Amino acid sequence: MLGWIDPLLQGVLLGGLYSLYATGLSVIFGIMRLVNLAHGDLIVLSAFLILAASAAGVPIVLACAVVVPLMFAVGYALQTVLLNRALGRNILPPLLITFGLSIIVQNGLLETFSADTRRLNVGTLESASLPLGSGIAVGLMPLICLVSAVAVIVLLNSVFYRTALGRAFRATSDDVEIAQLMGINNKSIYALTMGIALAVCAIAGFFLGARANFDPSIGPARLLYAFEAVIIGGLGSLWGTLAGGIVVGVAQTIGAHINPEWQILSGHVAFLIVLVIRPRGLFPRAVD
Amino acid sequence: MRVSRLNPVGVDEDPRHSSRFSVATATRASTVTALLAVPLILLLFALPAFASRALLQELFYVFTMLALAQLWNLLAGCAGLISVGQQAFVGIGAYALFAFTLMAGLEPVLSIVLAGIVAGLIAVPAALIVFRLRGAYFAIGTWVVAEVCRLVLAQFKQLGGGTGTSLPPDIVDSIVSLDFVRHLFQVRSPAARDILAYWLALVLAVGTLVLVYKLLRSRYGLALSAIGDAEAAAESAGVDVFRTKLLIYIATATVTGMAGALIFLQKARISPDAAFSLIDWTAYVIFIVVIGGIGTMEGPIIGVVIFYLLQYYLAALGSWYLILLGALAILLMLFAPTGVWGVISGPFDISLFPVRRRLMPLSLKESRE
Repeated sequence: MLGWIDPLLQGVLLGGLYSLYATGLSVIFGIMRLVNLAHGDLIVLSAFLILAASAAGVPIVLACAVVVPLMFAVGYALQTVLLNRALGRNILPPLLITFGLSIIVQNGLLETFSADTRRLNVGTLESASLPLGSGIAVGLMPLICLVSAVAVIVLLNSVFYRTALGRAFRATSDDVEIAQLMGINNKSIYALTMGIALAVCAIAGFFLGARANFDPSIGPARLLYAFEAVIIGGLGSLWGTLAGGIVVGVAQTIGAHINPEWQILSGHVAFLIVLVIRPRGLFPRAVD
Repeated sequence: MRVSRLNPVGVDEDPRHSSRFSVATATRASTVTALLAVPLILLLFALPAFASRALLQELFYVFTMLALAQLWNLLAGCAGLISVGQQAFVGIGAYALFAFTLMAGLEPVLSIVLAGIVAGLIAVPAALIVFRLRGAYFAIGTWVVAEVCRLVLAQFKQLGGGTGTSLPPDIVDSIVSLDFVRHLFQVRSPAARDILAYWLALVLAVGTLVLVYKLLRSRYGLALSAIGDAEAAAESAGVDVFRTKLLIYIATATVTGMAGALIFLQKARISPDAAFSLIDWTAYVIFIVVIGGIGTMEGPIIGVVIFYLLQYYLAALGSWYLILLGALAILLMLFAPTGVWGVISGPFDISLFPVRRRLMPLSLKESRE
């Protein structure tokens, strides 16, 4: 029995990371019904930007403080220059634009940073852990990651539900035409949305690099985990996305506990099972 | 009172009702195309008599990519099912071929057909899962299914597990009529294998073209264009949207599986990463369709020629080549979403493979005859 508590606990902590991957995707879909196929690659790009900054001698906290707003700007520009032009009834153009972007980012990283495996240096934090007794311990870094995931959701929810800007976001999400009639510029709302999503990507990129090894090719897998978390949680609810991330994380660590080769597979299978049993996810809010 | 004979998609096909109008699909351009296609296909069949082995190998690649592109175009362009997971069926077909030939000792051509059937059968449960997702989420859902297939097949130790396995030459040489081809062209076994693979690829490409064309001109094609215009309206007019999409999904999966089996019979070497490659079997295919013109049958044909030329001259650039393809696809989506064929045919309204039904006043048709 005790043997299962550890993978369960590690799975919940891993779920915090997956929830950070997924929050941006969830926000983008909630507000503009857009799916960004480059999402995973942009997370990896953020990790590499933080790596490059810290390699240049910038302390890692400062590097994050620079990369998060930088990715916000990238998202704002990406939406303004490319995606706003392609939004419409047909979902194919934005989907293919982000698919093209995914290939560009992935191969651009490969050219710039080579295929070598990297890791962010977070000093003693990397191996620090909190003992919980009975031989079980939680790593400090994964714990900080889970707390950050919760903090990001609390922050975003308070923006969405307690500010005038948040009201504009929700209005655009509910009915873009009526929102425009009320004087909301939907394109600038979309640009802000993408900016916020990529700022969260940058935070996720930091924890990706701090918790495990990364290389330019791992973006698409992160996109799939993020997507699974969003669907399992149910569209339109950020807390649902956190729950979805935890389901994927727990499924992966339990699968790996049974057979190390089954880690990724069991995450995907858990997703397919949820899709069959509860197609609208565990905590659905939005009607797609 | 007589009840007119209405078929499930609601088209009145009763000849008694079409006294003043007739429905035409053929155009002058399409008649010319059909007349030119016959000698062209015959010429391509005779090509091994005077073409080099290298050329046949290149054409093999072009034909298989053309078939995959036509199938993806049918799925995404015509049925609106934008999948980024068709590599699932390429991989399943390829692995099924290896299982049938290596483990069951079946003849390779028979195995290709059976591999297609396996892919079609696996498409049924896959569809029941991914059809729960809509639009863009459907796309990523198909990708997850492909990943699951890749990870599951990597567990099969008999088929090489994660590292893959090879087809021994004697199994490839058990292909039907190899001796006949060897004597016909006076060549050794490897060259005869390439000729047979080339013919099979030609049959696959032409067969796919015919299949897609016939399907689009049938009542399913009419149902698809109705769904494309307004899904809810089509449903209320009696189109079974779910069944139509399911049929298209299974049909494309079956032929995609055969294409995968043929491609990996020629390669004679398989691994999960190669068989389920997103870049090779989906990204390139999408690029071909989009650059040529999505939603038309002419598009993938033009697209595969452009793609082949880019590949031939630029593939040596490695990552930069992929970056270029990605950038081209983005620019195209922004400035010419109908692709090269859309730009060419737009002002002239030409259609080489017409699938649109046009209402013709009968007097006009009679005066032409």
